[in-house]
Amino acid sequence: MQSAFSLSFSQSSLTPPNRPLCSSNAAPRNLRFCGLRREAFGFSPSKQLTSCRFQIKSRRIEVSAAASGNGAPSKKSFDYDLVIIGAGVGGHGAALHAVEKGLKTAIIEGDVVGGTCVNRGCVPSKALLAVSGRMRELQNEHHMKSFGLQVSAAGYDRQGVADHASNLATKIRNNLTNSMKALGVDILTGFGSVLGPQKVKYGKDNVITAKDIIIATGSVPFVPKGIEVDGKTVITSDHALKLESVPDWIAIVGSGYIGLEFSDVYTALGSEVTFIEALDQLMPGFDPEISKLAQRVLINPRKIDYHTGVFASKITPAKDGRPVMIELIDAKTKEHKDTLEVDAALIATGRAPFTNGLGLENINVATQRGFIPVDERMRVIDGNGKLVPNLYCIGDANGKLMLAHAASAQGISVVEQVTGRDHVLNHLSIPAACFTHPEISMVGLTEPQAREKAEKEGFKVSIAKTSFKANTKALAENEGEGLAKMIYRPDNGEILGVHIFGLHAADLIHEASNAIALGTRIQDIKLAVHAHPTLSEVVDELFKAAKVESPASTTPQSVKAAV
Amino acid sequence: MAVSSSSFLSTPSLSNSKSTISFASSVSPAPIPSLRRVVFRSQRRVMTVRSKIREIFMPALSSTMTEGKIVSWLKTEGEKLAKGQSVVVVESDKADMDVETFYDGYLAAIVVGEGETAPVGAAIGLLAETEAEIEEAKNKAASKSSAAVAPSPPPPPATSSPAPAIAQPAPVSAVSDGPRKTVATPYAKKLAKQHKVDIGSIAGTGPFGRITASDVEAAAGIAPSVAPPPPPPAASAAATAKATATSSPPLLPDSSVVPFTAMQSAVSKNMIESLSVPTFRVGYPVNTDALDALYEKVKPKGVTMTALLAKAAGMALAQHPVVNASCKDGKSFTYNSNINIAVAVAINGGLITPVLQDADKLDLYLLSQKWKELVGKARSKQLQPHEYNSGTFTLSNLGMFGVDRFDAILPPGQGAIMAVGASKPTVVADKDGFFSVKNKMMVNVTADHRIVYGADLAAFLQTFAKIVENPDSLTL
Repeated sequence: MQSAFSLSFSQSSLTPPNRPLCSSNAAPRNLRFCGLRREAFGFSPSKQLTSCRFQIKSRRIEVSAAASGNGAPSKKSFDYDLVIIGAGVGGHGAALHAVEKGLKTAIIEGDVVGGTCVNRGCVPSKALLAVSGRMRELQNEHHMKSFGLQVSAAGYDRQGVADHASNLATKIRNNLTNSMKALGVDILTGFGSVLGPQKVKYGKDNVITAKDIIIATGSVPFVPKGIEVDGKTVITSDHALKLESVPDWIAIVGSGYIGLEFSDVYTALGSEVTFIEALDQLMPGFDPEISKLAQRVLINPRKIDYHTGVFASKITPAKDGRPVMIELIDAKTKEHKDTLEVDAALIATGRAPFTNGLGLENINVATQRGFIPVDERMRVIDGNGKLVPNLYCIGDANGKLMLAHAASAQGISVVEQVTGRDHVLNHLSIPAACFTHPEISMVGLTEPQAREKAEKEGFKVSIAKTSFKANTKALAENEGEGLAKMIYRPDNGEILGVHIFGLHAADLIHEASNAIALGTRIQDIKLAVHAHPTLSEVVDELFKAAKVESPASTTPQSVKAAV
Repeated sequence: MAVSSSSFLSTPSLSNSKSTISFASSVSPAPIPSLRRVVFRSQRRVMTVRSKIREIFMPALSSTMTEGKIVSWLKTEGEKLAKGQSVVVVESDKADMDVETFYDGYLAAIVVGEGETAPVGAAIGLLAETEAEIEEAKNKAASKSSAAVAPSPPPPPATSSPAPAIAQPAPVSAVSDGPRKTVATPYAKKLAKQHKVDIGSIAGTGPFGRITASDVEAAAGIAPSVAPPPPPPAASAAATAKATATSSPPLLPDSSVVPFTAMQSAVSKNMIESLSVPTFRVGYPVNTDALDALYEKVKPKGVTMTALLAKAAGMALAQHPVVNASCKDGKSFTYNSNINIAVAVAINGGLITPVLQDADKLDLYLLSQKWKELVGKARSKQLQPHEYNSGTFTLSNLGMFGVDRFDAILPPGQGAIMAVGASKPTVVADKDGFFSVKNKMMVNVTADHRIVYGADLAAFLQTFAKIVENPDSLTL
């Protein structure tokens, strides 16, 4: 019902003011948009059906106002409806959605399309992790034997592995570029900066105007001071993904996602790893129970040791016949604790926003530790705490949630807003995953966070847990190691957080994240059916294990409306 | 995650303020019966003394656990404990477990605090029987905790490091400013802990003089393992001598290293494993004139010598089941209901033992047919696992090469293996002093002496010889 509604809406309201869409071969494209549109609508909770209608009205007014200013389509007043600075995953997601919404869109890229994720992040690292997963399996004689398989010594060709990663990045980059070109997004090459309100410069001296501007410049690896990166023996993830060498012993500074994934890659390829973590525990940021289990599986049995509660105050690359030297100081007392001598060091201490040279001073915006301050709608806040009109910042540059898909979701949210539909992204519904073997995934709050919130707001919190050991498919794969955990409110069945450690955890989290995004309650979703035998039954068990006081909705209204 | 619970209270007599007795030493001397009551509960030993202050010590929660971390103390000092209550949560390499007390009393002192680690068996707390003894226990704890610090890893000794640093040329000596500290790789440290090797006593041979995993393995006397899972303990001990012997000679120039194939690795593994079995050998000459005559007769019908020998062995084994048995755990005989004769066959780049199942029951012709089929499958590497690993007795025949006698290695899981040499014309003197020439072959059987004794094997060979010398029964 809703899709029909949205179709008529798109035709009636979009076409008149919408210039770029109506180019010569508009017909097939229009078809495609219709197909996409439904997805876009599924994104918002269906409760807002009525408010949606209201928003449409206001949107029309806004559009016509913009149009009436010049007495002509928006082109007269601005070169573009929307200009996005930075063609990473966030910018790409925003651009696609903007075109779909009928905006004339340009995207400015000073480096390569695809940004960090595609070229130096999630994408090539998945290629390396695919290799490490297989190596790990083939090397595990016991595992193979339990299948009745015999494999003689597994080996790998470093260059071949590296090529797989770079080929994948190239392929995805081309896909991304082509998808934008096919939709008619103008890709402008050169570094972009903000000249003033609604005015952007790119390259040497090309100035364009836009009704709305999105900053999506992303981030670069953060290197703490005192650490000298030479790109050979002291490296960041940018270098590591090229896999130019596999050192015998590598220290990884930081045990978050990046460090953990690289430890998986390096140990599978034969390196020994030493973690250096500033906090008292490895894998901070994960749910404590999950990080404990992950440590038992991903750290303790592997050729990994670690130093916690220490900073790497000084790291010197290998030279003059010396190994890489790492000075460790106590994180609290700053006293010298130890000196490590290793073959290489990977700096995985997180990522710093890439916001230099953006011309923020022109619009009186002061960054905070490099991050561009924004409100919940990604609107940029200036030095006086006021909103800068028509300027948005998404992705790593605003630091809200430094994940590729979060940036993309924020970009879509912004486009929704500039096309007249108010939208606030629920960051607690954005899942995250770490692609170790086995994988770790999560959405929402950790247990301590949930308990803190519960205390403050006065509700009760319950925990449900299931093990992969009870799952048929996991056992068939001989991968019974794993845990799924759900934190929820027993009074109303609201899911507060889900954490999974186990085989294909990254793919399993979405049932939970979708439930959170759509506001589905446990008592309703537990009635949904899962194919047997599949890993998804781990999550199914989780819902069924929960003890919720309120009964299932008498009429599955929410389900019907969401379709 | 309280998976299971267990109690660990040791019993040093602290009240008479003599030297504290560690758990290990308190077990070994024979306990005085009147004072001590030994309680066994679920494999774990708990001892009791009429002592008023007891130690709570780090339990071994898994077979691989060497130390444990205190996750949390569920009770505070001075709190009253009831038998069966959980006192402390301990994290092992596998899981977190609640540890409960078997005694009523008071938690007098916590020796190892939360977040700290203690080796298995070390005192982590003290339990007082009455409130009055808490103070006394606390004093003990004070002396205890200072003692408990001692076993923590000794500071890296500067021994031996400066010397190699000077002796070695350029790169390393450049680094050595001041006393060099021990540098060991993560895996080396793990191995050292696992094999209880003092890492400070090992001289590193890795890059920059660091201690690598192979240094630790050499120090612990383990064969360098390529694959991560360590070899079974029985094999590692036996392999020690071999490893030290093989690791020393350097590669000769122009020599090449060819890694084992899967089959060769399996052979190698089995051979190493066989070293853990005490074996002995008995030889027996067998007159084969009658057998040879029979062979000539049945050869046109497709019967092979292998089938004849297997059938003869099968029939002999039927009369001597102990030779067909195996010793699986070092404590018992496992009598096999079937007589399955594995026959060693050399195939390209390896060795495999196809199995003639129920060799005593099948007739000679079926057996020969079966054998042809197995050899064909073996050559094309299509043997199913049950066709090469279900043997209960092995036959190895090198007679076709003219070998007169040899000695076979007993494959793991079997009780005996028969090595058959060539049948040769031999001058024999009979009891009347007349010389004659008879065909004789030497049969040599290697057996597991844990289950097969000399007389068993001799009797078996005698039966075997009788069957071969009067082979008519083979064709029945």
